Amino acid sequence: MAAYDLIVLGGGPAGYVCAIRAAQLGLATAVVEKEKLGGVCVNIGCIPTKALLHSARVANLVQHELTGLGVTVEGVSTDYGQAMKRSRKVSEQNSKGVEFLMKKHKVTVIRGTGTLVPGKKVKVGTEVHEARKAVVIATGSRVKGLPQIGLEINKTTVISSDEALFLEQTPGTMAIVGAGAVGCEFADIFNAFGCAVTLVEAMPRILPFEDAESSEAVAKSFAKRKIQVLAGAKVLKATVGPTGVTLEIEAGGKSQMIEVEKVLMAAGRAVNTEQMGFKECGVELTPQGFVKVAPGTLETTAKGIYCIGDVAGPPMLAHKGSREGVVVAELIAGQHPHPIRYDNVPSVTYCHPEVASIGLTEDQCKEQKLGYQVGKFPFSANGRARATNETEGFVKIIRDTKYGEILGAHIVGGHASEMIHELAVARENEYTVEEVDLAIHAHPTLSEAVAEACLDSMGRVMHT
Amino acid sequence: MATKVLMEALSPTMDEGRLVEWKKAEGDPVAAGDVLAEVETDKAVMELVARGSGVLLKQSIPAGTTVPVTSTIGWIGEPGEVIPTDGAAPPAKAPARPLAPAASAPPAAATAASIAPPSAGRIKASPLARRMARDQGLDLAVVPGSGPEGRIVKRDVEATRTPGAAIPSYAFAGTGYRDEPLSQIRKTIARRLAQSLGPIPTFYLTTEVDMERAAEARDALKAEFGEAGQVSFNDLVIKAVATALRQHPACNAWWQDDHIRYWNEIHIGMAVAIPDGLITPVLRHADQKPLRVLGAESRDLAQRGRDRRLTPEEYTGSTFSVSNLGMLDIDEFTAIINPPEAGIIAVGRIAETPVVHQGQVAIRRRMRLTMSCDHRVIDGATGAEFLRTVKRMLENPLALVL
Repeated sequence: MAAYDLIVLGGGPAGYVCAIRAAQLGLATAVVEKEKLGGVCVNIGCIPTKALLHSARVANLVQHELTGLGVTVEGVSTDYGQAMKRSRKVSEQNSKGVEFLMKKHKVTVIRGTGTLVPGKKVKVGTEVHEARKAVVIATGSRVKGLPQIGLEINKTTVISSDEALFLEQTPGTMAIVGAGAVGCEFADIFNAFGCAVTLVEAMPRILPFEDAESSEAVAKSFAKRKIQVLAGAKVLKATVGPTGVTLEIEAGGKSQMIEVEKVLMAAGRAVNTEQMGFKECGVELTPQGFVKVAPGTLETTAKGIYCIGDVAGPPMLAHKGSREGVVVAELIAGQHPHPIRYDNVPSVTYCHPEVASIGLTEDQCKEQKLGYQVGKFPFSANGRARATNETEGFVKIIRDTKYGEILGAHIVGGHASEMIHELAVARENEYTVEEVDLAIHAHPTLSEAVAEACLDSMGRVMHT
Repeated sequence: MATKVLMEALSPTMDEGRLVEWKKAEGDPVAAGDVLAEVETDKAVMELVARGSGVLLKQSIPAGTTVPVTSTIGWIGEPGEVIPTDGAAPPAKAPARPLAPAASAPPAAATAASIAPPSAGRIKASPLARRMARDQGLDLAVVPGSGPEGRIVKRDVEATRTPGAAIPSYAFAGTGYRDEPLSQIRKTIARRLAQSLGPIPTFYLTTEVDMERAAEARDALKAEFGEAGQVSFNDLVIKAVATALRQHPACNAWWQDDHIRYWNEIHIGMAVAIPDGLITPVLRHADQKPLRVLGAESRDLAQRGRDRRLTPEEYTGSTFSVSNLGMLDIDEFTAIINPPEAGIIAVGRIAETPVVHQGQVAIRRRMRLTMSCDHRVIDGATGAEFLRTVKRMLENPLALVL
């Protein structure tokens, strides 16, 4: 029986980051992983989709956006299979990178499926490993279909992202059910590779948790590229055949039939809590099925067992899980980590144009009856955006009327994912719109739009 | 030539005076002997009369301000005359803390690493916290910081403004306290007693409480509700103290050097021994919570106190404290006041004692309570009346259910 200070169940972005931080703090640490290191994120999530989105972006650029640039390209064709193979390589490189990091930080990787055993022990295969200080659950989540409306994932005509990421070629027609980040990203990808995409969303708009103006901007861009969007839509009936699926969908008061080669289920995830000895060790679940944790410490209902990442509850985002991993490692090592502000986790969708946000939407400010001012700056008025043909989108800042606190920030546009962090830093440190503007922004950059939106919220915008 | 109006020594022992009210407005004609203002001395409110004639050119201090004797409080001269600039405004005696919403959290055994050390030099605060404090007239020097390296952040300013605001299951409305400037007699009491007995002039009141009926009530609750009805004697004492404070708000107060803060909210600090010291977790709004909730909370707070898992909000902001050594067989003791609170009750053990009960010698369970009072805030009779209410409630525990 091997003994460690800390055993982490799961080597995804929450688990492996926790292990590295624990090792940095001098704890003898092991990670249990049954598949490839890096988890869903590195292997079948964040990373390969970003590789495919890059292919999609280049395809759109070459096919539709070269006019007047002085560059002519002839004989353009796209090949999803090729793009897929490259995305696999990128994933593999990243997973190998995590493996290297484990070695570098002297974290032991135990291959296999781990099961909790009472007394802070983890069983892998026939071997039992003991944790002297703590066990951290980071078992993550997986895709889940919607069998209740007849759309159970069959991996051929009804698929999830798990299958979409390995397709050799793009289907001619596809319906994507669910228009959150995953749905919108795949709509962008398959559209760019020549597939006729219908995006189906039950809520009244796509990206329903983003600011309404962000949803509107993306919907407009999708419409231009002929991605059909059905929002406020209900799948009444699904008939799954061997080569295609017929969907009866009600949207806007009328029902219609859609025939597609494939349906991609981009709604709903299930957390991995089954058959891992949770119940036997006193690890309780919430009514929603997540592991119940104490706020602040992330300790479960079983003493010495902690939980981080998707399985510990929303938001189910890699960077939220990673931060929880750091905090838990530091707590276990006896430190006093900076508490996580769950209201300050940035959210990004990498379709084109990108959508990035942090804090409250304008609708949430209204619901909470907060006194607020909106500042907005369109990229069409930004020099750098004009120079690089990226004039879609805007920066929107919502600030508190009285003190200028940044209540929410929403960016739609090229590189929005990179620009949001200025506002994450500002909010984490309680800078107001004034401090953001006071920092000199280089010219010409897209980030100038952030400063301008802050100025606009104070009624002092300069360049519109 | 314009002449100064000075704060005069209106009694032999007066060294400062509070301008209660101006009787002449700026620009009013003044004749020597006219009443210019009313001034409160250490003994009484008296009239300050003009020593010269002309018009009152300027009121240098507003009503309500306290200044040392011989300070300039105004100017008399010819109409339109310019006031010399050198001594235009006397320095109002700078209050040690702003009278407005400043509140210093009691330094209850601060052990968590996140608590700021007493600020030396620059105060670390976020831009947002600075703006909020400026807007609310709050001195950041008195706000404990809970951010990285003790930085003062938004929640600290909010917590200072409304202590105990964050309780999930109970919502409490209204302002938490009423600040009352010190009357001259309170100031004199404070100064003289502090000279005599040290910074907190404390006196002690002891009473013996018959705990028979409390014990019966406790047994009955347990018999009726089992686990859910388990209430400790300590829970009963805390509930009685909190309920009694509602009737005796004069004891639910903080000494703030230049004023007294009377709390409308009742937050009871509960001294808990921890391996290398003690900590005082706070039962917020203890008067408004049922015994069952109080009991569960106090057990949770005590356990997490021993585990050092309390957040700063959980052990600061109490308005009155209770310390219990009964379980260690102590008959009675005197507890040390947790400043800026004005009182603490020390709870002794419950002992079977022969007493005269209804004309007979009987063996009854008795418990001694000793209250330590800060005499600057609580006078003898005030404290005694409060303690008597606590005693009556414990002797008739139905009062705690009302």
